[in-house]
Amino acid sequence: MRRFLKLAKKRPITIAALVVLAVMLFLTVLGPFATPYDPYKMQAKSRLQPPDMEHWFGTDNFGRDMLSRIVVGTRLTLGTSFCILILIASFGIAIGSISGYYRPAGAILMRIVDAAMAFPSMLIALFLASIMNPGFITVLVAVTVVYTPRLARLVHGITLTIATNTYVSAAKAVGVGEFRILTRYVILNALSPIIVQCSFQLAQIILILAILDFLGVGFTPDLPSWGNMIATARVYITRAPWLLIFPGVAISLAVISINIVGDTLRDALDPHGQEQIF
Amino acid sequence: MEAFENLSRGFHRKQEPFCGELRAPTGQKENPNKQRGFNQKMTDYIVRRFLLMIPIMLMVGIICFLLIHFIPGNPAELMLGAEADSAVIAALTKKMGYDQPLYMQFLKWLQMVIRFDFGVSIYSHQPVISLIAHRAEASILIACGATILFSFFGILVGIISAIKRNSWLDQVSMTLSLTLASAPSFWIGLNLMLIFAATLRWLPGSGYPGVIETGNISNLRYLILPCLTIAIPSTGLIARLTRSFFIDILSMEYITTARAKGLKESVVLIKHALRNALIPVVAVIGSYFAEIVSLSVVIETVFNVPGVGRLVVESILQRDYPTLQALLMFIAGLYVIVNFLCDIIYAVLDPRIQYD
Repeated sequence: MRRFLKLAKKRPITIAALVVLAVMLFLTVLGPFATPYDPYKMQAKSRLQPPDMEHWFGTDNFGRDMLSRIVVGTRLTLGTSFCILILIASFGIAIGSISGYYRPAGAILMRIVDAAMAFPSMLIALFLASIMNPGFITVLVAVTVVYTPRLARLVHGITLTIATNTYVSAAKAVGVGEFRILTRYVILNALSPIIVQCSFQLAQIILILAILDFLGVGFTPDLPSWGNMIATARVYITRAPWLLIFPGVAISLAVISINIVGDTLRDALDPHGQEQIF
Repeated sequence: MEAFENLSRGFHRKQEPFCGELRAPTGQKENPNKQRGFNQKMTDYIVRRFLLMIPIMLMVGIICFLLIHFIPGNPAELMLGAEADSAVIAALTKKMGYDQPLYMQFLKWLQMVIRFDFGVSIYSHQPVISLIAHRAEASILIACGATILFSFFGILVGIISAIKRNSWLDQVSMTLSLTLASAPSFWIGLNLMLIFAATLRWLPGSGYPGVIETGNISNLRYLILPCLTIAIPSTGLIARLTRSFFIDILSMEYITTARAKGLKESVVLIKHALRNALIPVVAVIGSYFAEIVSLSVVIETVFNVPGVGRLVVESILQRDYPTLQALLMFIAGLYVIVNFLCDIIYAVLDPRIQYD
């Protein structure tokens, strides 16, 4: 962590990304209390107004203030992404470490993971989201199922190398319990590459959530998620381009910042690791 | 993007650099048998790799078949929706054979697939195979156009950044490519549509009357924006990838040797570095197929292009599972074939590869 801060000081772009993420985190927690207008209040008089001093980001097709909606959408979009990330991390670490530590279980689990990774992830998420009723749980399940195998694969690989270390054998010889070895010795040592991978996964989750919303199988259209806002903007593309621009900028800013912080994290935690693209 | 997590990992195995100049120049002439042995090994490799496709395709077939049986409940009921009449459901169940045991259904399905007969779409009542053939034109054109665009510009930008490493040019182009690769693809598409179709009115913004169908080659302009939309984020990724491969190669000892020999910098870069750096990039571009499929599913929806990607979305949303099964078979099959070709190209380009 100290190495991360040291490296971040040298890179102004990382600091900028951290500031963006801090603001977004603040809005995720306190967003609904920080809006200038009521994001759900419809006003027929002020439909599709371009940005001005009163409504900085303009108003949408129901006369709702876009700035307020984007602020509220932060919680929906980033909050859901965090929930999904936590789910993916717990399942991924559990499946990956067990399959890496117990070889026979690994043989079976990794074949399932291989099969799941053979199809483009977009198609699986789309399919899963379409067979269930639209809503929060559906989105949660669909995206978790798609991304868990990727993390499990990574944890599996790391566990395989860690399990060959002498300190694991030593712990076994001393009589440390299996569960304790797995949690205290294996997973703790695998944590830094997992954290790096998770930061990149978070960026992916935000993007796929937006795509699901856009295709109409994500959140129900009444919810102010950033993806839904872009989907609405598509209809009014010529009359109200500001509806399109601001939510897209919000998504891009979030994803770019997370990628930049992830880049720095990787360089700090894993200095010998080879350069990855994302 | 996620395709790259695995790919970039795979391609970073430690390799001795291949460079024509450093090999004994007379080696091939002295020993023609060795060359023949190489060709023999190559053919073996291709045949083995080809046979490996059969079990993979069988596995894919099983998954595609089981897909609709993963869902709890009667597939016929799911396809028709909750408010359908029970007699209609029973009729469809009987027609599709869902009342028979699973292995009988599978054998029947396998029999049909081998004859390239994927059944009839329950939505449009057309044979699925002709539906796909009809939609393939737009998708193939978009995919090829985008691949040419992003390979060219991605490699170009990547090489320039690697050579001018840490200069302002490198930083600007790498930040720009990170930005482009991070923005949601459909949002980029909508912005392009806003700028070039709605505001400037240079290009049509939606639809695609097929060139084959209408015989009007100028209809290709409908595909320019979708191509660009897929190419822009991909260019960013390929540029970053090329840059990192190129930097890896430039730090190798044989490049120092070549420079120490007094070779011109341009010769070192083009003849020694570029050849080696491009091998993994070419292979990655080939394996980028899965990513293009995902992207075109979204982009064809944005631009309303009647392509295979749009058909996937339609069949999922309309619960047209026979079409979806066939599409997944089709996409997975293409994926397997593209991977096969990539491995072969990789083996031809890189003679150090182990064939076993």
